[in-house]
Amino acid sequence: MKAKITVKDLEVFFDKNQVLRGINLSINKNMITGIMGPAGSGKSTFISILNKMLEFEDNVTIKGNVYIDGVDIINSDVDQVELRRKVGTVFAVPIPLPRSVFENIAYGPRLKGIKDRDELFTIVKESLEKAFLWDEMKDRLNTSALKLSGGQQQRLCLARTLALKPEIILLDEPCSGLDPISTAKIEDALSDLKKEYTIILVSNNTKQIARITDYSAFFYMGNLIEYGPTEKVFTYPANKKTEDYISGKFG
Amino acid sequence: MRIKPRIVDVFVRISLNLQAFFTVGILAVIVAIIFIKGSPYINLEFIISSPQDMGRHGGIFSTIVGTILLVLLSIFLATPLGVGTAIFLTEYTKESVFTKVIRFGVESLAGIPSILFGLFGFIFFVTKLKMGWSLLAGVLTTTIMILPTIIRTSEEAIKAVPRSLRIVSYSLSATKWETVKKVVLPSAAPGILTGVMLSVGRAVGETAAIIFTMGSSLRMPLSLMDSGRTMAVHFYILAREGISMENAYATALILVLSILSINILAYYIMNRVISKFS
Ligand SMILES: Nc1ncnc2c1ncn2[C@@H]1O[C@H](COP(=O)(O)OP(=O)(O)O)[C@@H](O)[C@H]1O
Ligand SMILES: [Mg+2]
Repeated sequence: MKAKITVKDLEVFFDKNQVLRGINLSINKNMITGIMGPAGSGKSTFISILNKMLEFEDNVTIKGNVYIDGVDIINSDVDQVELRRKVGTVFAVPIPLPRSVFENIAYGPRLKGIKDRDELFTIVKESLEKAFLWDEMKDRLNTSALKLSGGQQQRLCLARTLALKPEIILLDEPCSGLDPISTAKIEDALSDLKKEYTIILVSNNTKQIARITDYSAFFYMGNLIEYGPTEKVFTYPANKKTEDYISGKFG
Repeated sequence: MRIKPRIVDVFVRISLNLQAFFTVGILAVIVAIIFIKGSPYINLEFIISSPQDMGRHGGIFSTIVGTILLVLLSIFLATPLGVGTAIFLTEYTKESVFTKVIRFGVESLAGIPSILFGLFGFIFFVTKLKMGWSLLAGVLTTTIMILPTIIRTSEEAIKAVPRSLRIVSYSLSATKWETVKKVVLPSAAPGILTGVMLSVGRAVGETAAIIFTMGSSLRMPLSLMDSGRTMAVHFYILAREGISMENAYATALILVLSILSINILAYYIMNRVISKFS
């Protein structure tokens, strides 16, 4: 199995407050890796390191190494634009840009310098298909993205990320505001996408983690408590805390 | 004794209605007076022929041209400068003594009476830089005068753009400048346009600062170094010197009508912009 991402002794501080306390793990290619844990345990902080979005916060200190395809993105001078094309993000709340469905998805490709309308159309269509949204959108490409339903907006955001042609996709609680049907659609899309991408899914819905991830990690108060194949984590958790969390004793 | 909330509510509603009515009423009365007094003297001839005999006879064409040139050139100069400054202050600097000083300067400039800008323009542009009374000196002075308004309104508009939109743009591999250009400015456009329109109004209606810098020649301004007269200045001089009250009101009416139509046009553009982006 090939590791796409390797994290070594990762520590993060906001001012003096340590929120990640020495994380070590490797994330595999072409799998969905789930990250679960109660609110405030550092899940969002962890994934926003992977595309250097954390650096927009003031007063952050990052220590340790994060290798993506063997390159240490923390300690070497990586190009943020390139990195963000390689590592796409979907946020918890869908945030469409105030423009049409088409232009939302074409945003990233246009930044790459693609201007040709046919080429853009192909990318938009492919991305929407992969996000299971093409059928609903094919006649609405020119409507404002703000007019879509919440579930559609979230799949639009997924499509928009896919249009970057990333290798890694980060999703930070992408279904937290969605109804079960919309959630199922996102889950179907993700299960399909893992053939081509490395997917990291943060969720505090343990059932969702159990349903669709291959590997899962349990974060608690900035520590990585448990990490392994999802089946094992959910059937024989090594740590009592993991068991309590999964069985809903706290969270 | 306690007054019943419902009665308070009714009272507040009535008084707010009255206030709104009063505001609109005053505007309507002013426009009506100008219309009644000015409209008999307005015809195509008045608009397309130039003034004669100090404005006693003839039309106001050269002052229309003077107004358009002054306002357009000032807006074209002040808008990029002002919006640029606002972008710099909001997107490219952290809050510091430096930005506080700039902001304080801008706020102070916004409150200065226009005659002082006129005096500065006269001393600096007209005299020191030897521009003489000229369109150029008028444009530069007007630019400085309206710049604070444009900076302030643009800054407010830019600050009102949600941070989440910027974050999304960065996450989609945009650089800072690309984010400003493609996300921040389009979202802030209606607010920026409001500031520009306020500035157009101020430039169109200005008299003192213009007389000091652009002068009040009735000849057609053909180059940047020519003196010229705006409609507002023309109206002021016609009325003040008692040259022709008829032509003064006619000029005022055209002035009011053009301000109204500029505002309607801006409102229309703004709605188009908003509906395009939402
Ligand atoms: N920008 C920030 N400044 C200061 N503290 C922060 C910031 N972002 C997150 N934190 C703190 O870091 C901890 C972990 O947050 P987060 O990674 O968002 O947790 P999770 O996503 O697991 O809920 C929390 O205690 C939170 O208060
Ligand atoms: Mg979070």
